[in-house]
Amino acid sequence: MADVKIGAYICKGCGLGERLDTQALATIATREGKAAFAKEHDVLCSQSGVDMIRKDIDAGEVDRIVLAACSRRAKTDAFGFDTVAVSRCNLREGVIWTQPDTEEARELTQEMAEDYVRMSCAEVKQMIPPHPNELAERNRHVLVVGGGISGLTAAVEASRAGYPVTLVEKSGALGGWAAQLWRRVPTRAPYADPQDTGVAELVAEVEADPGITVYLNSTVTRTSGAPGRFAVDITAESGGTATENFGAIVQATGFTPYDANRLPEFGFGKSPDVVDQLGLEALARAADGGAIKRPSDGKEVRSVLFIQCAGQRSTAKGHLPYCSGHCCNTSIKQAMYFKDSNPDIDTTVLYTDLRTPGKGEDLYRSGQRKGVIFTKGVAQEVKPGGRGLQVRFKDLILDQEVEVDADLVVLATGMVPNSGVDIEAALKKEAAGAEGGADGEAAADADAAPVQEVSILNLDYRQGPDLPKLMHGFQDSHFICFPYETRRTGIYTTGPVRRPMDIAQALEDATGAALKAIQALENAALGRAAHPRSGDLSYPSFHRDGCTQCKRCTVECPFGAIDEDEQRYPMFNEARCRRCGTCMGACPVRVIYFDNYSIDTVGQQIKAVDMPEESQEKPRILVLACENDAYPALDMAAMNRIGYSAYARVIPVRCLGSVNSIWVTDALNGGYDGVMLMGCQKGDNYQCHFVKGSELAHYRMSKVYDTLEQLQLEKDRVETHEVAITDIQRAPQLIEAMAETVKRVGLSPFKF
Amino acid sequence: MSDLNTAMVEKYRNSFLKEVEANVEEGEWVKMCMQCGVCSGSCPLGPYWEHPPQEIFMMIRAGERDEVLKSTSMWMCTSCYNCIVRCPRELPITHIMHGLAHYAERLGIAPRQNPTRKFALMFWDNLSKTGRVNEPVLGVGLYFMNGIKEGIRTALRMAPVGLGMLRTKRFNPFAFLFHRGCKGKKDIHKIIRKARELELAKAAKFGG
Repeated sequence: MADVKIGAYICKGCGLGERLDTQALATIATREGKAAFAKEHDVLCSQSGVDMIRKDIDAGEVDRIVLAACSRRAKTDAFGFDTVAVSRCNLREGVIWTQPDTEEARELTQEMAEDYVRMSCAEVKQMIPPHPNELAERNRHVLVVGGGISGLTAAVEASRAGYPVTLVEKSGALGGWAAQLWRRVPTRAPYADPQDTGVAELVAEVEADPGITVYLNSTVTRTSGAPGRFAVDITAESGGTATENFGAIVQATGFTPYDANRLPEFGFGKSPDVVDQLGLEALARAADGGAIKRPSDGKEVRSVLFIQCAGQRSTAKGHLPYCSGHCCNTSIKQAMYFKDSNPDIDTTVLYTDLRTPGKGEDLYRSGQRKGVIFTKGVAQEVKPGGRGLQVRFKDLILDQEVEVDADLVVLATGMVPNSGVDIEAALKKEAAGAEGGADGEAAADADAAPVQEVSILNLDYRQGPDLPKLMHGFQDSHFICFPYETRRTGIYTTGPVRRPMDIAQALEDATGAALKAIQALENAALGRAAHPRSGDLSYPSFHRDGCTQCKRCTVECPFGAIDEDEQRYPMFNEARCRRCGTCMGACPVRVIYFDNYSIDTVGQQIKAVDMPEESQEKPRILVLACENDAYPALDMAAMNRIGYSAYARVIPVRCLGSVNSIWVTDALNGGYDGVMLMGCQKGDNYQCHFVKGSELAHYRMSKVYDTLEQLQLEKDRVETHEVAITDIQRAPQLIEAMAETVKRVGLSPFKF
Repeated sequence: MSDLNTAMVEKYRNSFLKEVEANVEEGEWVKMCMQCGVCSGSCPLGPYWEHPPQEIFMMIRAGERDEVLKSTSMWMCTSCYNCIVRCPRELPITHIMHGLAHYAERLGIAPRQNPTRKFALMFWDNLSKTGRVNEPVLGVGLYFMNGIKEGIRTALRMAPVGLGMLRTKRFNPFAFLFHRGCKGKKDIHKIIRKARELELAKAAKFGG
C-alpha cells in the first residue's frame, strides 16, 4: 500500500466550525490518520468546496478521501466521487446534532469528533478505490417463462422498451387461464358490467412482434450463469433443445386452480352441477351469451348460488390459509352472466367477508343493483335433493341455519402458485433425514401444500433448482418492501406465482417485473449491484490460501450467489451478489472481502478509536448499525436533536449479517465497555433487506456469549437489537440504556 | 322436510324483496345494503330494537316477511337521521323504516299496542281532518291515550304548563271548539283520497 494517498476534507458549515476545533481535527487527520493533507472549507458541499476536492482528484493528489462533514445519507449528489474511495465522516448528525451545545459538553463532543476522524482515516486506508468489473457483460435479451396474461404483458412491455424477448410456454397455446374466461372483471368506467378479456388482442400483439420469439410446448430444462449472462436450455416437448443467453429472467408461471375435489362437503365431483369458477366460465362460453344450462340435464339454470372462500381462508387441513384476492369480484361478475341474460334468475353470493379490491366496489354495487343477493353466511354442505341441489348454510347476520335449493352451485376456490420445487422443504427433509428422525417427516407432511414438485427454472445453483418461497409457496422476497425481488438476482417473479392477484393487478405487476428485469440487466452490464445497494461496483472476493472450504458462505448467502468450484472452493458469481456481506460475516477465517468493505475497513475503525485510560472514567460503546434502517433512524434522531451518550461510536454496516464476530471480540479485547448491534426485524415478518442478515447476526451473537464468559466479562456488555427505520425515539434510548448498563457493571477491565 | 322448512325454502327466494321494492317507500334501496352494521351501531335507540336496521335488511332479502312486517322495530325510529348520515352506501334508512311501518299498517298487520303507532294514527287523523293540526285536541288526546284515569292524572300534572302557555299566548283554548283548519281543506282531502287509492291498488297485488 505504498501509493495510498489520503486527502481529508473538513467542513466548517452547518455549525461544525463553531462547535468543533476543526484545526485540531485536521492535525489528527494528518498526524494520526496519515492523510497527505487536511483541508478545511467553510461549506464543503458548495460548488467551491466540491471543485476543490475534484481538482485534487483530477490532479492525482489523492485516491482516497475522507469527507468530515455530514452523514453518508446527506448531500449524496454533491459528494458523488466515483473514482476514488470515499469515507464519510459523520460529524454533523453523528456528533454536533446529538450532543448538547454547552460549554461543559464541549470536551466530550470534540473527543467524539476526533475519534470519528481517526476512524474514517483508518477505514479509507483499508479501502481499495473502485475499478470497473471486467466480468460484466451486456445482454439485452429477456427471458419470460410462462405465456399467461402476466408473461404476455411482461414480454410486450420489455419489447416495447426495445429489449428482445424470448417467451417459453409449457402448453400449446398462449393466453393461460385468462384465455378460458368468457368475460373479465371490468377495467373501464363505470365498472358495472363484465367486459371482453382482451387476451386475443394481447396474444396477437405478441405473435406479430418481431422482437418476441415464442417457444410453445417447451420448458426450461437448465438455467445457469448470472444476471447479464444467463445460459438457458429450452427444451421442446418433442425433444429438441435450444440454448440461449439472456440478461435477465421474468418468471410468470402463474397458478393452478385449487383442486375442488378436496372439498367433498360441497359435493364437487358428486354432482356435475357443482362447479368451480373456471367450470362456470366454460358453461358461460358454451352458452355464448344465451341462457346458461346446468351440466346434469341441460336444463336452463333458474337459481345459482356462489360459495365464496371455498377451501381457502381456512385453517382446516388441506385448505388454503390465504385469500386469493380475485374470487369475490369474479363471483360478482359471474352472477352478472345470469342476471344480464335473465333478471329473474335467483343469484345468491354466500360470503363471510366480501373483498372487492381495485374498482370492485363499483362492480359490487352494480351487482346489487342488478338484483344479485348477497348473504353473509358460511356454507356447510351441498347435497343433491329438492329440484337440484340443497345448500345448508349458517346465516351470520340472522344467526340461523338455513337450507336453500339451487340448480347450480359455484365454488370460489383459490389459487395455488406454480412455484416448482420447494427448495427449503427439501433442505429441511434432508436435515431431518440426516438426524434419522421420523418426526421431521411427519411435520413436513402436515403442512405440505398441494404443490407440484416439478422444477420450473432448473437452476444450476448450489442452493437448489428453483426460487425460494416466501409464504404459502409464493415466490417473493417481501410483498410490501421489495416486491418482485426474489432471492435470486436477475430473476423476477410476476403474477399469481408471486402473490394471489386478479388480471388487472397481474397486468400492472408484469409491467413492473419487465422494468425490473431491464434494470437488472443494465446494472449487470455496468458491473453494478441490483437492489438494494443499487449501483455498488464492489463485489466479494476471497483469499484462496486461507479458505478452509467450510462452505458456510455458500450455505448462508441469502441470494444463492455463491457456488462451489471443482476444488470445492467458493465461487462468487458477482453479478448475482447483492453486496450484503453476509458471507463476510459468516467466514470463520475471515478471507472474504469487498474492495470498499472488509473485515479491516471496520476492524481498523474499531481499533482507531482513542481508548481513554480507566482512571479517566470515559467508557466507550461500539454501535454497529445497519445502514438501511438503524443508521438512518439515528440520523433522523439527530435531525430532531434527540441526543445520546457521547461515549458511543457508531459504525454503519451493510447488514447485520455482515458483522463478523471478530469485530465484537476485538472490540471487547480492545477495551470497549459495551457493544451494540442494531439490525432490522427478523423472523417471519422480517424487514431485513437481505432477508436473513439480522437473523443470522442474532444467532451468531448468541455464540459470542461463550467468548464473554472466557474473557470473564458480563453478558450485558453485548446487546443485539431489532431497530426499525421509524424507531427515531427508541434507537437513541437504547444507546442511553447501554451507557447506564456500563455505569452499573463498571468499566471494562481490558483497558490499557 | 318439515312444513316450516318448506316455507323457509320458498321464502328465501327474492319475492319479499320484490314486494318491498314495489310497495315500500324507498324500498328499491334495500338490495344495496352491504351489511356493514353502521346504521345499527349509530342508532341512539339501537339496543331497544327487536331487529336493528341491518338485520331488517337481511331479513327482507331472506324473505322473512311476517317477522319484518309484524315487528315493532321500525316503529322505534325517532327520525334522528344518524343512520342516513353515516350509511356508506347512502341508503335512506330512516325513510325505509317509516315506509316499512306504513306498509305494515296498510296491510293491517302492524303491532296494535305499539305506542308510536297509536300516536302516529292520532296525529294523522287530527291532521288529515282539516289540513292543520289541532294542537289542544292532539295534546290532550295524548294524555288520554292509555285510559281516562291516567289521562286525568296527566292533565292535572300538566295544568301549570298549560296556564303558563295561556298567559304567554302560546295556547288558544277556544281551538277545542273552533278549529279553523286550512283554506284548501277540500283539496287536501281529494289529494289524500287519490293517494290512498293508488296505494291500495298496489297493495292489492300482494294481498294482506
